[in-house]
Amino acid sequence: MYGFEAMTFNIHGGYLEAIVRGHRAGLLTAADYNNLCQCETLDDIKMHLSATEYGPYLQNEPSPLHTTTIVEKCTLKLVDEYKHMLCQATEPLSTFLEYITYGHMIDNVVLIVTGTLHERDVQELLEKCHPLGMFDSIATLAVAQNMRELYRLFLVDTPLAPYFSECITSEDLDDMNIEIMRNTLYKAYLEDFYKFCQKLGGATAEIMSDLLAFEADRRAVNITINSIGTELTRDDRRKLYSNFGLLYPYGHEELAVCEDIDQVRGAMEKYPPYQSIFSKLSYGESQMLDKAFYEEEVKRLCLAFEQQFHYGVFFAYMRLREQEIRNLMWISECVAQNQKSRVHDSVVFIF
Amino acid sequence: MAGTSMVADSSSWSTALVKISPYTFSAIGIAIAIGVSVLGAAWGIYITGSSLIGAAIKAPRITSKNLISVIFCEAVAIYGVIVAIILQTKLESVPSSQIYAAESLRAGYAIFASGIIVGFANLVCGLCVGIIGSSCALSDAQNSSLFVKILVIEIFGSALGLFGVIVVTMYVETCLELFSPDDDLLNEK
Repeated sequence: MYGFEAMTFNIHGGYLEAIVRGHRAGLLTAADYNNLCQCETLDDIKMHLSATEYGPYLQNEPSPLHTTTIVEKCTLKLVDEYKHMLCQATEPLSTFLEYITYGHMIDNVVLIVTGTLHERDVQELLEKCHPLGMFDSIATLAVAQNMRELYRLFLVDTPLAPYFSECITSEDLDDMNIEIMRNTLYKAYLEDFYKFCQKLGGATAEIMSDLLAFEADRRAVNITINSIGTELTRDDRRKLYSNFGLLYPYGHEELAVCEDIDQVRGAMEKYPPYQSIFSKLSYGESQMLDKAFYEEEVKRLCLAFEQQFHYGVFFAYMRLREQEIRNLMWISECVAQNQKSRVHDSVVFIF
Repeated sequence: MAGTSMVADSSSWSTALVKISPYTFSAIGIAIAIGVSVLGAAWGIYITGSSLIGAAIKAPRITSKNLISVIFCEAVAIYGVIVAIILQTKLESVPSSQIYAAESLRAGYAIFASGIIVGFANLVCGLCVGIIGSSCALSDAQNSSLFVKILVIEIFGSALGLFGVIVVTMYVETCLELFSPDDDLLNEK
C-alpha cells in the first residue's frame, strides 16, 4: 500500500537500508576530490585515498602503482559491499540487487565476444571483465561463432536468457552486429527491470521508474548520436529505443529521423528536464554531453536518498559508487599522463 | 429483569447484545488494553531497532543516544499494563440478580471502552514513535546535530499514548463511582 510502507518495510529491509546509508556516508566529497586533483603522482593519490574508506584496499599495493590497479581495488571494495548486502537480503530485495548487476553481465558478454573476434587471449579478456557481472560459464563464451550458438550453448542458463528472444539470428558476429546485440539486450533488460519495479509498487516503483526512465532516455540519445552517419537504418534505430521513459513514444519518433546533433538538440529541447541539460552546451558541441548527463544522473540519484523505506537507495548507491570509480580513474589517468589541466573536464562531484 | 424491559420493543439484535454478560465485555476490554498496547510497542521497537543496528555499524556513536527511541516505545507497553491493572481493580462480583441491571451493564461497557481507547491509542503511538525513531537513527548517523531536533518530534508522538491513558483514567473514575455494592438502589428488586 503506497504510503504505508513504513509499517512493514523494516521487517526485511530495515537493516540493509541502514547499512547502505552508512556506505553512502563514505562516498568521497568535493574536498576529497580537490585534494586528489592536486596530487602530482599516483603515490600521492594512494596516500590521500588511504585516509578515506579505500584505505584498507590500497595500503598493500607496492609502488610503482598503475591506474588500473587503483581502479581494480576500488571496484573490489564495491564488489565486497555488494556481496555482503546480497547475502543478507531476502526476496524481493535479493532479486532487486541481482537486477542491478545484469547491465554489467551484458557488458562482459559483449567484451568477451568482441575480444574473441579480434583474437585476443581469453584469460586477458576475463581479467578485464567487470567483477559484478561474472557468471559461471563466462569463459566458455569465447568459442561461439554466431548468436544462435551463443544462446543455445552458454546463455540459456544465465539470467540473461529471456533477453535474447529478440536478437537470435544466425548472422555471424561482427562489430556492427555486436553493438546492435548489446543495445538490444540492454533494452530488454531495462524494460524487464522497469516491469519488476512496477510490480513491487509503492515508493520503490515511483523512484525507480524515474531513475530508469532517465537511463532509457539517455541511452536513446546516445544511440542516436552514435549512429549518425553509420549504416544503421531508421527502423533499426527505432527498435533499439526502450518502451518507456519521458521520450516514449513521440520523442523516439523525432530522434529516429535525426541526422545531426542540432536536430537531436531540437528534438530534446521540447522536454523541460532535458532542456536544461542541452542548454549547457553551445551549438555543435557534443563532448560535454556525457558529462552533462552524468551530472544530471548524479543529482537524481542523490535525491533517491531523501525518502526512506524503499529499494531505490540500493540502486542509487551502486550507481554513485560507479561514478566515483569513474572519477578516480579519470583523475589517476590525468595525473599519470601529466595532464592535470584536463582533470576538471570529466570529474562529477557527488557532494 | 430491568435490562430486558428497557428494550422490549426493539429488535432482536439489541436484545441479544444486552443479554451478553457485562463480565464478558469487561474481560475483553482488559485483554485489548494490554494486548494491543503491547502489539504497538513491539511493532515500534522492531522498526526502530533494525535501523539502529544497521546504522550503528558505520557510526557506533549513535547507539547509546538512540536507545531513547526504544525506551519511548517501551513506555507505551507500560501504559497498557498500568491501565489493565487499574481496570481489573474496578471489576467486582455482582449478585446474579443484578448482572443485567443498568448499572452493571454500564460498568461492563465502560471497562470495554476503556480497553479499546487505551489499546488503540498505544498501538498508533508505538507505531509513530517507532517510525520516527528509525529515521532518527539514520539521520543521526549522517549528521549528529539532527538528533535532538528529531527527538522533539518523537516526544510529541509519545504524547498520543499518554492521551489515551488520561482519558481512560478519568473515564473509569466518573463512570464507575456510581456503582457500589452497598448502594441501596441495587437492593431494590
